[in-house]
Amino acid sequence: MENKVPEGREYIGISRVAGPLIFVNGIHDVGYNELAEVIDAQGKVRLGMILESSDNAAVIQVFEGTSGLSIPDTRVRFIGEPLNFGVSEEILGRVFNGLGQPIDDGPPPRVDDLRDVNGLPINPTARDYPRKFIQTGVSAIDGMNTLVRGQKLPIFSGTGLPHNKIVAQITRQSKIVGEETSFAVVFAAMGIKHDVARYFIRNFEESGVLEKVVLFLNLADDPSVERLVTPRTALTAAEFLAFSMRMHVLVILTDMTNYCESLREISTVREEIPSRKGYPGYLYSDLSAIYERAGMVKGIEGSITQMPILTMPNDDISHPVPDLSGYITEGQIVLERELDQRNIYPPIAGLPSLSRLMKDGIGEGMTREDHAHIASQLFAAYSHVKDVRALAAVIGEEELTPLDKLYLEFGERFEREFLSQDEYADRSIVETLDLGWKVISTLPKEELHRITAEELSKYYGQ
Amino acid sequence: MLEVIGKVAKVIGPVVHARGVSRAKMLDLVEVGDYHLVGEIVKLDGERAAIQVYEDTTGLAPGANIYSAGMPLSVELGPGLLGTIYDGIQRPLEVIRDQSDQYIQKGIHISVLDRERSWEFTPVIEAGAGVSGGEVVGTIQETGLIEHRALIPPDMRGRITWVADAGSFRIDDVVCRVEAPSGEVGEVKLHQRWPVRRPRPVRGRLPLSIPLITGQRVVDTLFPVAKGGTVVVPGGFGTGKTMIQHALSKWSDADIIVYIGCGERGNEMTDVLISFPELIDPRTGRPIMERTVLIANTSNMPVAAREASVYTGITIAEYYRDQGYHVAVMADSTSRWAEALRELSGRMEEMPADEGFPAYLPTRLAEFYERAGMAETLSEREGSISIVGSVSPPGGDFSEPVTQHTKRFVRCLWALDRQLANARHYPAVSWLDSYSEYVEEISDWWQERSGGEWLELRQQIMDLLQQEGKLQQVVKLVGPDVLPDTQRIILETSDMFKNAFLQQNSYDRVDMYCTPEKQIKMMRVIIDFYSLGLENIKKGANIHQLKRMEVYSDIMRMKFSITNEEIEKIDKIRDKLHRSMERIGDMFD
Ligand SMILES: Nc1ncnc2c1ncn2[C@@H]1O[C@H](COP(=O)(O)OP(=O)(O)OP(=O)(O)O)[C@@H](O)[C@H]1O
Ligand SMILES: [Mg+2]
Repeated sequence: MENKVPEGREYIGISRVAGPLIFVNGIHDVGYNELAEVIDAQGKVRLGMILESSDNAAVIQVFEGTSGLSIPDTRVRFIGEPLNFGVSEEILGRVFNGLGQPIDDGPPPRVDDLRDVNGLPINPTARDYPRKFIQTGVSAIDGMNTLVRGQKLPIFSGTGLPHNKIVAQITRQSKIVGEETSFAVVFAAMGIKHDVARYFIRNFEESGVLEKVVLFLNLADDPSVERLVTPRTALTAAEFLAFSMRMHVLVILTDMTNYCESLREISTVREEIPSRKGYPGYLYSDLSAIYERAGMVKGIEGSITQMPILTMPNDDISHPVPDLSGYITEGQIVLERELDQRNIYPPIAGLPSLSRLMKDGIGEGMTREDHAHIASQLFAAYSHVKDVRALAAVIGEEELTPLDKLYLEFGERFEREFLSQDEYADRSIVETLDLGWKVISTLPKEELHRITAEELSKYYGQ
Repeated sequence: MLEVIGKVAKVIGPVVHARGVSRAKMLDLVEVGDYHLVGEIVKLDGERAAIQVYEDTTGLAPGANIYSAGMPLSVELGPGLLGTIYDGIQRPLEVIRDQSDQYIQKGIHISVLDRERSWEFTPVIEAGAGVSGGEVVGTIQETGLIEHRALIPPDMRGRITWVADAGSFRIDDVVCRVEAPSGEVGEVKLHQRWPVRRPRPVRGRLPLSIPLITGQRVVDTLFPVAKGGTVVVPGGFGTGKTMIQHALSKWSDADIIVYIGCGERGNEMTDVLISFPELIDPRTGRPIMERTVLIANTSNMPVAAREASVYTGITIAEYYRDQGYHVAVMADSTSRWAEALRELSGRMEEMPADEGFPAYLPTRLAEFYERAGMAETLSEREGSISIVGSVSPPGGDFSEPVTQHTKRFVRCLWALDRQLANARHYPAVSWLDSYSEYVEEISDWWQERSGGEWLELRQQIMDLLQQEGKLQQVVKLVGPDVLPDTQRIILETSDMFKNAFLQQNSYDRVDMYCTPEKQIKMMRVIIDFYSLGLENIKKGANIHQLKRMEVYSDIMRMKFSITNEEIEKIDKIRDKLHRSMERIGDMFD
């Protein structure tokens, strides 16, 4: 098979252009959500997708933008198929644009199968529940917000925070302890800068995995509408690698905020009723259709672990993009500007970060029997540190009770010794947990109600 | 062959506009295009109609045929519902999986209930008897736990001309014939259909008086819900809405659970599917899956079917209520349902009200929650439906329309608090913002089991928590050291109550479920700590002496160190507390 589009019906002349949308009249029987080729006066072909189809008119969103299109000369050819991506193992190591067209210098990859980039919902009864611990070597994640294979765990970041560094470190270090498996990375860039893309590529190169990576690049100066299909194309590739090639795939989507902005742009041009901050009311459903394409399937070896990155505008976690993402993903790693300013790397916020699938991936036989309790105790104690710091800011540190002073000390050690680590430090889970015990032992035993007496006698103060 | 009743004129996502429509009724079920996608007529205007389509419309083109299914959107009711997982329009997901691969394709038409399976039916009425709708014809052991009561359809009445002998029947078999006064003979099969948007009738409503015991301390003790009651659980992402609804599905003492995963995660449904068959109900010793019906329309499944899913769920609940059962419905999340309404309404270009939601949102919410209640069924049994609906407010801000409107129609609020969740205080139910209007109605039940103490203990704790809230304002400014010990003991007791009682870990084998008896005993110990402690402080003891008592850490750990079966050990802790307090007191006498 070859990546060729079938012949379709062609119309000359369109009736209206608005932003990235064109309106075509006098047509018939055009399928919703299908593909169209839009051909300008010079004969250059752009791809578009049908957003609305009625008896003799269609609304088409043109991926490469509408600049240079004229009303009388533009031709539209309806393909009669949705946007497909051609898959085979030859996509590994290749670079594509958001539409899935190769943009490196290589030959077109072989196509074994054409897949609709929109994907299909996974039947919940066919899913396998993710429970295999991935050791990232980062204490704040492994110890407190454990990642498991098949999870969707986003990074909520802010401009200027080191999210790329963290994700690169995770990509470098992640492993399942005691297991050799075939893995791949699918990297989808949406509206990020050239040097960010280059940073990741260099990292993949350095760790010698480049031939296991599939890149989908829609950079800051690429057409913004193409961003709307970039994650979908990338996830189509990931699904192929995971469920047909049985590989364990890590999908990095960056930056989801740019994706959402493109969606808002289209929605505005279509004059839809906005919900919060101008984003369309269906943003939740739209994001779900992306994030839910993660996980594991019963009886199939592979998996898709998603790590989307998004920047919170104004560091505001209640902004619609992080907010709706948080409602869909299985937890979130939140980066905190204050930690970053104090030069703590990785600046992973202690309290708002959460991994919802942690419970099933930790404990005896997976990490260590004390993991759940020590993590819970660290959270509880660190949360009290925040209260004590607020109080100290009002009454002064000297006025604190002796116990609260110990809490301050614990807070400091937690951030400096446990959270903080080198970009190249790869800590084992045992090291991480022992470190947790070391810092919690700053506090008297009587304060540690979330830990059992046995655990205390085994690990406290060791 | 299905009858063609119109043509597709326009497709915008899940909404299809039709032209040339004849002989269609509002809310009729239709099939659209070559794939026969299932849809429902939601608007009629001359020869034009709007249809919400329950499946992905990609590829659907104007000109395609629209077929009538000849009935409104309905559910099929009969034995075999329990233990099954359906999508929003009641298609069995396990059967779909067995017929294809891991993906849900579109245009699938399969039977709701298993038509081949035989059930052992035992009649309970005899030929010649007069019957009316809702009466029990016979029984079937549907699962190890639940006896299914086959019912005369609500709209049928007359005299029984024939009833089957005990034996093996399939759901399409006729088990009874009823001759109406008009002479017309109706057949009763082991299944019936009912339109989802119409509540099933009952004889009358009954007052609420029994608590739905959930085994969750903050709920049962502070903000209880009555059987037949309604609760809203608002909370930002990750504050514990799903966890609390899962806990209720697992441990509450309802007979039947209908769990509606409405626009939420696929893995959460998988979690239920994997864990429920292995969980044993503490009261019956049977796997809890045997009393559970699951409706899963996850966030990535078609949005119109998400809208339908809550109705599918509540209608199934009504069917079991009509058999005389206490049913608890979990709807997670009603915000996703409201958003589905908003999306469909937007695509139909209706006038929006608050934040883009249609003006009829409050009406729909009210109608839904009104389907809860304690009822006398048509067969003169007692049955109830309790509804727990979660709400996912944008930005965690409770002033948004879905939270606000829902609060008007329910009588109990479990407000989940971001700060508590961040501090890993779970369940993150705020004791200051939550309320229950059922306390009085169900207090007799608790009074009986607590030697008449429950109401007072509960009130004492609520008072302490209120006072603590005020004291914390002061502490934030000057620190706790400035307060006299008579006030510090309020802080310490509240702290103890929060940690040792309110906090409940759903992952801890012991702590995940707490019997009412254990709750009462735990509460007594904590109240004793306060009152005895206060006495000692008044005699001259200080707060540190109280905290240094060895029994202090026994109290802090009793929730997970003492199982539900050995609660007399809590009495021992209480004795120890009394002795320790006496010793401290003696030093000052
Ligand atoms: N009672 C509990 N015991 C232990 N952990 C809990 C409890 N309640 C909540 N949690 C923790 O909080 C996490 C989030 O809870 P949950 O999934 O119920 O949130 P949610 O409110 O449903 O979020 P969303 O709106 O995003 O679906 C859980 O994964 C778990 O780690
Ligand atoms: Mg949830």
